[in-house]
Amino acid sequence: MSDISVVAVLDDPVRRRLYDYVAAQSHAVGRNEAAQAVGIQRTLAAFHLDRLAGAGLLDVTFRRPDGRSGPGAGRPAKLYRRAAAEHQVTVPPRDYRSAAELLAEVVDITGAEPQLQRSARSRGAATGRAARRRAPADPDGDLVVAALTDQGYQPYRDGTGIRLRNCPFHVLADRYPPLICGMNLALLEGLLEGAAVTALRATLDPRPGDCCVMLRGTGDSKTN
Amino acid sequence: MVSGYHLAQLNVGLVRAPTDSPELADFMAGIGPVNAIADAEAGFVWRLADGDGPGATALRPCGPDLMVNMSVWQSLEALRDFVYRNGPHLDFMRRRREWFHRMPEEHLVLWWVPAGHIPDLDEALSRLDLLRRNGPSPLAFTFREPYGPA
Repeated sequence: MSDISVVAVLDDPVRRRLYDYVAAQSHAVGRNEAAQAVGIQRTLAAFHLDRLAGAGLLDVTFRRPDGRSGPGAGRPAKLYRRAAAEHQVTVPPRDYRSAAELLAEVVDITGAEPQLQRSARSRGAATGRAARRRAPADPDGDLVVAALTDQGYQPYRDGTGIRLRNCPFHVLADRYPPLICGMNLALLEGLLEGAAVTALRATLDPRPGDCCVMLRGTGDSKTN
Repeated sequence: MVSGYHLAQLNVGLVRAPTDSPELADFMAGIGPVNAIADAEAGFVWRLADGDGPGATALRPCGPDLMVNMSVWQSLEALRDFVYRNGPHLDFMRRRREWFHRMPEEHLVLWWVPAGHIPDLDEALSRLDLLRRNGPSPLAFTFREPYGPA
C-alpha cells in the first residue's frame, strides 16, 4: 500500500481514536480494552482494529488465556500493537529528513553540540511558556502530558513519572544517538523550565521501544 | 547474533584538560560506575584495563592527551544497546563535548574477531587506521555503516 493509502485509513474519527489509544500503550491491547477505552461496541472495535492491521498500522499477536494450553484451553486472544514502520505524506513533496541528516552530520563533525543543546533548551522553554499560558492553573503533570501529546511523544504515566512511547526524531536519533538524544533532553528540560514545572525532572533513561527521555517525579509538593 | 564471532571496538578521545582538572572531574568520577554497568551487561566479554586503575584511561599508548577504550562483545546489538540505550552511558555520551575535543577523523572502529580472541592494542590501532584510510569495510566499520562477519 502506498503511504497515502495507509494514512487515508486513519481518516475516520473512531478509527483514529482506536489507533491513538493502541499506539500510546506499552502493552499489546485486546479488543475489549480498546473498545472500552474509546467507548464503542466490541464488534465495531474489532472491525476497525482489523482495518488498521490490514493497512500495516498495527501488528497482531495472539496470546492464550493465562495458564492454559492444548485443545479446549480457549480461543487465543487477538492483541494489537503499534507497528514500527513510518509513513509520511507531504504535499507538495518535502524532504526535511535529508536536510536534518546533513545538519546533524555537520553538528557532529564541527563539535557544535553545546550550541545545539542551548538552542534546543531555548526552543523547549518557549513551548513550555506557551503551554503554561494556555493552562495557568493546571497541575504540572496534566500540563506536561498535554504539551508532550501535542509534540507527538505519546506520553504515559509511570508511577509519579511520565514515560514517552514515541520518539518524534526516531530515525535521526538512530543515526546520531548522543546528538539527537542530547538535543531531545535539552528540549524537554527547556519545556519544563518554561512551563515552571517543579514536580518533574527530565532524565535520560531509555527503555526498549520508548523515547530515551523519561520525566521523573521530584517529590515536589505541588500536585502532579 | 552470529556464533563463532565476537565484536571488538576501539574508541579514542582527545581530552580538553588534564585528567585531574575540575573540567574532567565528572568524567573521571563516572568511569568506574559506567564500567561496572558494562561488565554486568549480558553481551559483555572483555574490556582493556590497566590493573588497579579505573579502566584503560591511565594507559596512554598514543600520547598523554589521547585516551583509549577497547572492549569485546558477543554481538553488535549488545554493544549498541550499551553504548546508546543505557541511561548512564548515554548521558556520558551526551556530555562528551565537555571533556573531549572534536576529532575530524574517525575515532571509533568496530571489527569482528573469532570468539575467544582478545585483540591487543596494535591490532585495534591498525583497524582504526584501515577505517581512516579506506572508510567502512568488513574489516573495520562503524555503527552507522556496519558489516557482518566475513
